Amino acid sequence: MTASSAAVAPKTISSAPWRERAEEALIPPLVALLVALICGDLLILSYGQSPATVYRLLLEGTWGNAYGFGQVLYKATTLAFTGLAVSFGLRAGLFNIGAESQLAAGGFAAALTGLALPMGTPLILALPVCMIAAGLAGGAVGSVPAYLKTRFGAHEVIVTIMLNFIVLALLNWFIAGHLHVPETLHTPEIHAGVLPRLADIDSRFHGSAANLALIVAALVAVAVWFYLFRSRGGYDLRAVGLQPQAAEYGGISVGRVWMRALTFSGVIAGMGGINYVLGYKHYYEDGFASGAGFLGIAVALVGRNHPFGVLIAAFFFATLSQGGLAIHAFVPKQMMDVLQGVVILAVAMAVPEVRRVLRGARRRVDA
Amino acid sequence: MSSGPPSTSQAVRGPTSAVPAIRMVDIEKSFGAIMANRGASLEVMPGEIHALVGENGAGKSTLMRILGGLMKPDTGRVEVNGRDVTGWSTNDAIASGIGIVHQHFMLVPTLSVAENLVLGCEPKTQGVVLDYKRAADDVRKLSNETGLVIEPERLVSDLSVGEAQRVEILKVLFRGARILVLDEPTAVLSPPEVRELWAVLRRLRDKGDTIVLITHRLDEVVQLSDTITVMRAGQTVARIKTSETTPAEIARLMVGREVSLSAGKRVQPVARPSDLRPDQGLDVRNLGITGSHGVRVVDGVTFKVSPGEILGIAGVEGNGQTELIEALAGLRTVAGGEMLIDGVEITRRSVAQRHDAGLSHIPEDRHRRGLILEYTIANNLILGVQKYFSKNGIIDRARVMENALEEIASFDIRPPNPLLVARVLSGGNQQKVVVAREMGRSFSVLLASQPTRGVDVGAIEFIHQQLLDARAQGKAILLVSAELNEVLALSDRIAVMYRGKFAVVMPAAEASEEVLGEYMIGTKKGNAA
Amino acid sequence: MNPISFLTQMIRIAIPYLFAASGGVVAERAGIVSLTLEGFMLSGAFAAVLGTNYSGSPWVGVLTGILGGLIFALIHAVATIRYRADQVVVGVAINLLAIGVTRFFLKLFFASSSNSPRVAGFGGNINAAGFDNPLLWLGLLVAPVMAFVIYRTPFGLRVRAAGEHPDAAESVGVSVKRVRYAAVALSGILAGLGGVYLALDQHQFTDQMTAGRGFIAISAVIFGRWDPIRAALACLLFAAAETLQIQLQGSNAIASQFIEMIPYALTIVALAGVVGRAVPPAALGKVED
Repeated sequence: MTASSAAVAPKTISSAPWRERAEEALIPPLVALLVALICGDLLILSYGQSPATVYRLLLEGTWGNAYGFGQVLYKATTLAFTGLAVSFGLRAGLFNIGAESQLAAGGFAAALTGLALPMGTPLILALPVCMIAAGLAGGAVGSVPAYLKTRFGAHEVIVTIMLNFIVLALLNWFIAGHLHVPETLHTPEIHAGVLPRLADIDSRFHGSAANLALIVAALVAVAVWFYLFRSRGGYDLRAVGLQPQAAEYGGISVGRVWMRALTFSGVIAGMGGINYVLGYKHYYEDGFASGAGFLGIAVALVGRNHPFGVLIAAFFFATLSQGGLAIHAFVPKQMMDVLQGVVILAVAMAVPEVRRVLRGARRRVDA
Repeated sequence: MSSGPPSTSQAVRGPTSAVPAIRMVDIEKSFGAIMANRGASLEVMPGEIHALVGENGAGKSTLMRILGGLMKPDTGRVEVNGRDVTGWSTNDAIASGIGIVHQHFMLVPTLSVAENLVLGCEPKTQGVVLDYKRAADDVRKLSNETGLVIEPERLVSDLSVGEAQRVEILKVLFRGARILVLDEPTAVLSPPEVRELWAVLRRLRDKGDTIVLITHRLDEVVQLSDTITVMRAGQTVARIKTSETTPAEIARLMVGREVSLSAGKRVQPVARPSDLRPDQGLDVRNLGITGSHGVRVVDGVTFKVSPGEILGIAGVEGNGQTELIEALAGLRTVAGGEMLIDGVEITRRSVAQRHDAGLSHIPEDRHRRGLILEYTIANNLILGVQKYFSKNGIIDRARVMENALEEIASFDIRPPNPLLVARVLSGGNQQKVVVAREMGRSFSVLLASQPTRGVDVGAIEFIHQQLLDARAQGKAILLVSAELNEVLALSDRIAVMYRGKFAVVMPAAEASEEVLGEYMIGTKKGNAA
Repeated sequence: MNPISFLTQMIRIAIPYLFAASGGVVAERAGIVSLTLEGFMLSGAFAAVLGTNYSGSPWVGVLTGILGGLIFALIHAVATIRYRADQVVVGVAINLLAIGVTRFFLKLFFASSSNSPRVAGFGGNINAAGFDNPLLWLGLLVAPVMAFVIYRTPFGLRVRAAGEHPDAAESVGVSVKRVRYAAVALSGILAGLGGVYLALDQHQFTDQMTAGRGFIAISAVIFGRWDPIRAALACLLFAAAETLQIQLQGSNAIASQFIEMIPYALTIVALAGVVGRAVPPAALGKVED
């Protein structure tokens, strides 16, 4: 086009560049929250109960007492790990649906390591060793779709879904066949690597499963944030996720980024296993990871793929889950299952719609 | 009737007595910030071959899409055979006899010819079953009638490009099109296939059909069309009878700029560094590139660019320039030949390795390649050179910011906020970001592809000066531009690329629009030094 | 192991897969990712039990089951086609939603967290080995019928065009949106029928009773390279493996878990192109304009 060519409509750029991106990022989850509230009202009313009463009970049962809050923190920790894992992959443009099997594999490895370590090994040694084992196991599982994608172009969505089933079946075979305590489907209690419960520090949390794994989760979130937004590897990774053609033009090796992204996504998910295994039950139990993978996707989505958003979203979904138990006398906890699905659907639909509306409106204002 | 700037428009020759087959008036269409059509117009008489010419981005395709019902104009009027049809749908257009043959084939590769042809108007037996036999028979019948012979059962993915195009044309004729619009039909055809197509088009015209031919191949315009409409920058600038004009005039209307900024300006010869080694600069030997349809899009191209020299490649777009640059940049594999930078062979090297070897590249498509639109200006300014801004794997944000502020100031990038996302910048400022980055790193060879496309006048001057400064510093620059004046003003030597080959290479002093124009439209063939 | 009993059991196991996979083929050929088959099946199963329970007739159950699958399919369609939400995410959401909704109504209508009361089903004659169930015969016919629809009807042609080159279809006036809505709706009806068969065969609904069958169905679609007959053969193959696992139980020849893995491993192998490339429809999962 020539200089005098296609006239460009005069543009006034909004003065705060952050506002635009913040709007596009935050409005969808808020919309989803609204939709969830409305749905919740309908479901509660269908049970003949008053929404106000139920919501108050929900808050009391989750944030209103230490036990409930502890349970929320415990559940949020696992979801934080899987949410971080999924969002990490998504930042590179890749969909890791296999967080559940990676989490299970990680927990399994942590349990085995905890069993292998001699009794009495100090936590300062046992914890990193178990964490590394958990991460390696998750990463090993995550490297399979990574390799198949880079080498064969196999779509990671289907591969991770398939691998979920395969890995979980494999773990089930290990447990059911060889490693279980009789009459159960779990391993013996670990000898080392036990994480202290929050209750050990503050007795008000007595009875809740919350443990120091949540600190690890927070640290991992910070590490992920740092990697994505402060490191060169993160720059390359996000570039590939945003515009692979421009990344290629800039000399970034797209294949290598994919490999790294999916593998590390698996590592993060795998490390999540320490929450249950080291911090709660002190053994690996078949099925402990159930549902955490799909909820991790929800958490990543609602958290808009940002590590700190993921933490908040994990907390939100954990609240829903624990809240279901708290209101069980009034409304079946199954209501929360419905709300979970509704929230994900609402956010998924809101993201492109909000983008379209905001960008269209902005254009009209500037034109 | 004409709505272009008075200095270059031609009055419409003579009153039109018959009802025009197509009449489009004052069409405006915008996509976001980009106005593809600004008061464009078109008048096509029945039973003629009408050429619609103009450079890429002139708005031809948009205008035709509006005609074909694929989109609605923002303002303006569309009349077909005297009837007001503004804003109609594709189905309306098809029903009224308009058939568009798209540049990028609208054929489903996994289906057969017959299936593609009957899609949307499938013959049925017993209401639900697709009557394949009748479909095949209908196709054969039409084939024979029009002379566009093709076997109905063949899979589209097995067809050659020429055959696929035959199917595209059959597709519109099948639906009873009497007004055909062909969008760059010969872009991917070999010479014998081109001749065949011309024969088909003449046959259809003689039969009474109306044909609009969107093209930028001037030889087609000259040899095939009855009337020509020239578009530029979203407007119609001329409407002339082919018999009453010359190729040179057409070329001038198409590629010339009204405000000829650099007209008459020539570069001063630059003193070559005395310690020049013979292998320095860019060395390309016998480069061959195969395109998407198996066609040779670059064929045996050989040239050298020395340090302190600008080699400008002129030529109408679509003759292989894009592929040539992509191959040099490492974004496309070559079928044969070698490329060297400062004596180092880079033919099979990665993009990053070419950067290290001293290559810089201003891409022609800044939206897809040159910028990550969701990244800030500051982050875009380090794309490709991140490693120089990071220590131990961590990005030095202070230095990135510092660099950004410097470049924003030097290149007058507006708004001057390094934290703005590239997407919100105007096209010209986006290009400045790309240029700032590519010329800010250390390099010995620069590939500049359409460097001032979509850039405002002041910025053009600035970018041109940057290129000249680099040349004075002893860099080797390969400039590809559809703007003939730009090539003339900046180059030491000029090559014309035509159908994948260098038609001629000459010193800039010997070149002019007229001389180059004839090589560009293929009427003259010279050395390929 | 009696070959006849093996065959009959294999067929009975395959029926839900056949229904769901046939639906999946249509929707994916039209370009919409169908990870939702699991959710459609589950809701179809529950709706069938609901209808049968309150009406006493399994035929009413079939109708309500179809409706159950259809409702979720329409949600899927609106979210992906009208709102252009990411099809994988919507798939996950629909599956979760189906679990949640069925659990909620299980509690609401049947006051249970795990299962519904027993309901009437079809057939029931021990000697007929399940072949007196009309749904079984329907299930065997679904794949050839879908093959016919896809390859020999105008609708099928438009589906194939929509999934490979939607622009080409639009350029000749075919509404790709409408085709996709229809295809997804069809997948909902068929997968729903798979759930109906499952629930009525077991004479009750249990929480999450589909247990991953929808994912086996999508594996069959991929392994069958998006062709209804090949997908049906894949369903039979997977059902055979499952039957083998059941009949071998207790014999410890190969651990049942490994037989469980077969469908999934085969799908991965297909995607990696080891036994010929499984190339999806070109426009699958892409959202444009």
